[in-house]
Amino acid sequence: MSGAGACVALLRERLRDLDLDVTEFRGEVTVIVPAAQAFEALRALRDAPGWTPVLTDLTAIDRFPAEPRFEVVYLLTGYSPPVRLRVKARLPGEVAVMASVTGLWPGANWLEREVYDMFGIRFEGHPGLTRILMPDDWEGHPLRKDFPLTEEPVQFSGHTPKVPSTIIPKSPPRR
Amino acid sequence: MPEPRPETLTINMGPQHPATHGVLRLLLELEGEVIVGTRPIIGHLHTGFEKEMENRTYHQNIVFPARIEYLATFIEEMAYVLAVEKLLGITPPPRAQVARIILAEMSRVASHLVFLGSSAIDVNVSSGFMYCLQDREEILDIFDMVSGQRMMHGYYRIGGLHQDLPEGFEARVRQIAEGLAGRVDEYDSLLTDNLIWRKRLEGVAVLTPQTALAYGCTGPVLRGSGVNYDVRKAFPYGGYEQFEFDVPLGRNGDAFDRYLVRMEEMRQSRRIILQALDRLPGGPVRLDDRKIALPPRGELVRSMEAVIHQFKLVSEGLHPPAGEVYAAVESPRGEKGYYLVSDGSNRPSRVRVRAATFNNLQALPAMVYRGFIADVVVAIASLDVVLGDVDR
Amino acid sequence: MTARMSPWNPERDDAELERRVLTTTVERMVAWARQGSVWPASFGLACCAIEMMCTAAARFDLARFGSELFRASPRQADLMIVSGRVSQKMAPVLRHIYDQMLEPKWVIAMGDCSSCGGVFNNYALVQGVDKIVPVDVYVAGCPPRPEALMHGFLMLREKIGATGGRR
Repeated sequence: MSGAGACVALLRERLRDLDLDVTEFRGEVTVIVPAAQAFEALRALRDAPGWTPVLTDLTAIDRFPAEPRFEVVYLLTGYSPPVRLRVKARLPGEVAVMASVTGLWPGANWLEREVYDMFGIRFEGHPGLTRILMPDDWEGHPLRKDFPLTEEPVQFSGHTPKVPSTIIPKSPPRR
Repeated sequence: MPEPRPETLTINMGPQHPATHGVLRLLLELEGEVIVGTRPIIGHLHTGFEKEMENRTYHQNIVFPARIEYLATFIEEMAYVLAVEKLLGITPPPRAQVARIILAEMSRVASHLVFLGSSAIDVNVSSGFMYCLQDREEILDIFDMVSGQRMMHGYYRIGGLHQDLPEGFEARVRQIAEGLAGRVDEYDSLLTDNLIWRKRLEGVAVLTPQTALAYGCTGPVLRGSGVNYDVRKAFPYGGYEQFEFDVPLGRNGDAFDRYLVRMEEMRQSRRIILQALDRLPGGPVRLDDRKIALPPRGELVRSMEAVIHQFKLVSEGLHPPAGEVYAAVESPRGEKGYYLVSDGSNRPSRVRVRAATFNNLQALPAMVYRGFIADVVVAIASLDVVLGDVDR
Repeated sequence: MTARMSPWNPERDDAELERRVLTTTVERMVAWARQGSVWPASFGLACCAIEMMCTAAARFDLARFGSELFRASPRQADLMIVSGRVSQKMAPVLRHIYDQMLEPKWVIAMGDCSSCGGVFNNYALVQGVDKIVPVDVYVAGCPPRPEALMHGFLMLREKIGATGGRR
């Protein structure tokens, strides 16, 4: 397989009714697939001839308050020839459930647990979906945008205490 | 993990255990001395880096990466800075690029020395630990000279370096790089031919290439099993394509092969350092783009424009275009990547740190299955885990 | 040869006694012994643990101050060096280890993270280890250089000597 373009072509060929959204930014190809067909698409990519993709990374993005709120991001890497492809699936905020890919790549086990821990996205078919980084009795999912950073104001002598992240405020998007 | 059978014994190892290289906790299920189940419990060093970085500007975030994987500090900083540079679509000046590579490779050697020292102490070669840390001090002296800090440098900037390399830098680096070959040979004769060392490492914690690929292992752990994947070769970054070096591979995938791979990597790093010293160009170390890089200090007293740029960059930060990038580097533990999502504001809207040891550690249960409990220590040491990297 | 016993001469013998015999309290003597051999628990958390290792290694050689013996078991240690950031998940474990150590015991908060939270101010970390265990010496730095940690050790020595070995 030569390059990420071939992967996209293969997906188009294998899954004809698939609604693909392909973007390219700085030479990186991202494919957005519907959440319901994400597993099928990933399986087709894994079994594609000419490369043996490795699940390099699995993570999520919270786009709060936009809807659909979550994006689950799979980063596939072929080692020889070197190819990278990013596959994304969008999930609504209320029912954030994905099909687990632990059957395709056993290494997805911890990665999915981390996404569950940090974002509260559930993975169906996962062998043991429990918290991994936070304590078991933790409430909330820290990387959600509506979860506060929980800072303590820092006292400097002679000044009113400051919350560190507000010292340089977030600016509105530009360009 | 299967249900505990009556004849098995479950024991706890960690989080406070001298051989777990940090705060890793393992639940081991034993049949006599043989391990039939392992459950790593991680997260004891979860620091919330990703959330923290989403609440800071791109420039402020430079302080965090070195604290994630604290043994390979310059490589870590390079990964983050490269990701932002990719997002902005800029390339730093050649002098900065080559300087970054020299420092990154020295970081790799320093990190492998800690690996060697701490694995030596795990199998009771305490003198090896002392030798390795002594050699690492020499490298840290250079880091100290360059950035003023032994570990958390904050020396790289988006679009270059904080300041030029200090006087006498090249001579010192050359001196250390020349001496390094002899030192590595010395470790070779101390350990590689040592009967106890071989008996403890050979055939222990075997990882097949299939398992390594399935778990997404990278770095010396993957190459020890014979899979040829090095980010520096596969997806060259920061100018690595101009340098000649070999990627050492193991055959058996055991702890001994991983050790040999790391030893050879130190020699290859030395090769890269010497090549880089020969072709270290002159010129500026930071981009001239005032919307990205701070103006030089001297300009501030002369130019009002420079003051305005400085003020804007410090009080507001830079604004990359909306988009998402993934930049990966080859850290001493494997592929370390930063996935940045920008919405066009002065803060990244998502920072994801792809940690190499997080994936590597997942292979631990497969590696120690049906092995002896004493070999768990060797297995953890041969993975070279940094818990700051695993837990982030 | 036997020394001839002479009668007690206060003018001569009191001064001789002062010169030859040291009087002290048991408590102060114990404190003097304690301050010279503080055994730290080998308990590394994060980045600072690497600098702690360097402090114990060849160049800086903590053995000069009698503290090179890092004990793997908290029950054999007198000193806990909290070397690094303490997460919410680690806090109960850390307290547990502290409780397992025998009295008298001391704590050095090594580095900014364990002293006050350092550069991290978020949901995951305890903002200063003094919220869970009493701290005797704070060592600033991120991470503190080995020299700084040794200075912390020397301050702890002074404190142990001055307080008679009690907290």
